[in-house]
Amino acid sequence: MTFWRKALAITWKDVLSEFRAREIITSVLVFTILVIVIFNFAFGETVDMVAVAPGMLWVTFTFAGVLSLNRSFILEKEGGCFEGLLVSPASREAIYTGKMLASFVFLLVIEVIALPIFAFLFNLAVLTPQIIVITLMATVGFVACGTLFSALATNTRARELVLPILFLPVVVPVIISAVNASAIALSGQSWGDMAGWLEILGAFDVVFLTVAYLVFEYIIEE
Amino acid sequence: MVSKILLAVSAVLIIASLALIFVYVPTEKTMGVVQRIFYWHVPLAWNSFLAFFIVFISSIAYLWKRSPKWDILANASAEVGVVFTTLFLISGSVWAKPVWGVWWTWEPRLTTALVLWLVYIAYLLVRSYASSSERGARFAAVVGIVGFLDVPIVFLSITLWRTQHPSPVIFTGGLVPAMLLTLIVSIFAFTALYGLLLVQRVAFRKDEADLKRMKRLVESD
Repeated sequence: MTFWRKALAITWKDVLSEFRAREIITSVLVFTILVIVIFNFAFGETVDMVAVAPGMLWVTFTFAGVLSLNRSFILEKEGGCFEGLLVSPASREAIYTGKMLASFVFLLVIEVIALPIFAFLFNLAVLTPQIIVITLMATVGFVACGTLFSALATNTRARELVLPILFLPVVVPVIISAVNASAIALSGQSWGDMAGWLEILGAFDVVFLTVAYLVFEYIIEE
Repeated sequence: MVSKILLAVSAVLIIASLALIFVYVPTEKTMGVVQRIFYWHVPLAWNSFLAFFIVFISSIAYLWKRSPKWDILANASAEVGVVFTTLFLISGSVWAKPVWGVWWTWEPRLTTALVLWLVYIAYLLVRSYASSSERGARFAAVVGIVGFLDVPIVFLSITLWRTQHPSPVIFTGGLVPAMLLTLIVSIFAFTALYGLLLVQRVAFRKDEADLKRMKRLVESD
């Protein structure tokens, strides 16, 4: 299990440095709350909240994902740590897995804090097992392809600009599925009604974890 | 030589296709004359999928063999694919206005085509953002692979979301022989055109690479 030990060591490094510097989670969380507040201005109080909430939730999480995934490799690059990772005995696949898990943890922390805020501000029952499963599955999809594109974006001239251009069209299935499944969950329907959406989320997760794992080495080779 | 043959073949076939569309084929009963867009709309769509499939295959081949010729092929095919996708989005839109009453609708095939278009625009952009051309080629290849594998999932998710576009009637016998003939000639015409544009772009890229190499030689002396 040396592969997992190396991957988890990279994850632990990211979590530890985030715990000490509090750079990604704090700023992305503030951003998330700002987006929620701005949505409130955009929609006002006249609209049916249950109808617009799934869209608001997932637009917010998608942008939060872009922001935090962007930082993932830029921090490595700025500190000159990226070369360190490359010469370390960890394989390229282990680097991908480690970075991906770290981004997964960061996004989950952000979502765990943002969901209650969302529920509180809009008086919505979003803290249900259904919403939590949807959030977990969609977040896996986000980080699976986001980590790949983040590594790619960091190695280009335009950096922060490149990630959303690549990431947003590719995660379209995740956004559609998450929004629709959340709408079903918020209107109080059963698991069976959202099965189709969960299947698509699952398929996306499996395909992108596999493909990103396989092609990651071509992104970071010098 | 190949280029000249393709030019001749596509010129003849496109003129034939135009003649069939405007003179020979009967007008469709319910949609009227605007339905004639169909004979160019469908070949454009098919060939853009063909183009993106070629991008996918050449991207894998490039990452595997690392020969620049695969990268040049992938890049050229993506360029033609994006042009064809743009054209079939526009032609579809012109057709949709009189028939459906709207220019655009968020329906599976349309939305998938739009997402596809955005993915391959990103494919072309990534190359220009990279700091070296070798790196740009690698990045583009990764996008070419990931983007293509994304298409079926995008389509599935949007299909589950909503549907309005007519299902293809081509293989189920929904087309009378005259219409089928016109469509087939048009498909061959556009496939020849795709081949021609591809060969032209590949030759252009090769010349560009040769020029750069010669320039470096001259400058180093």
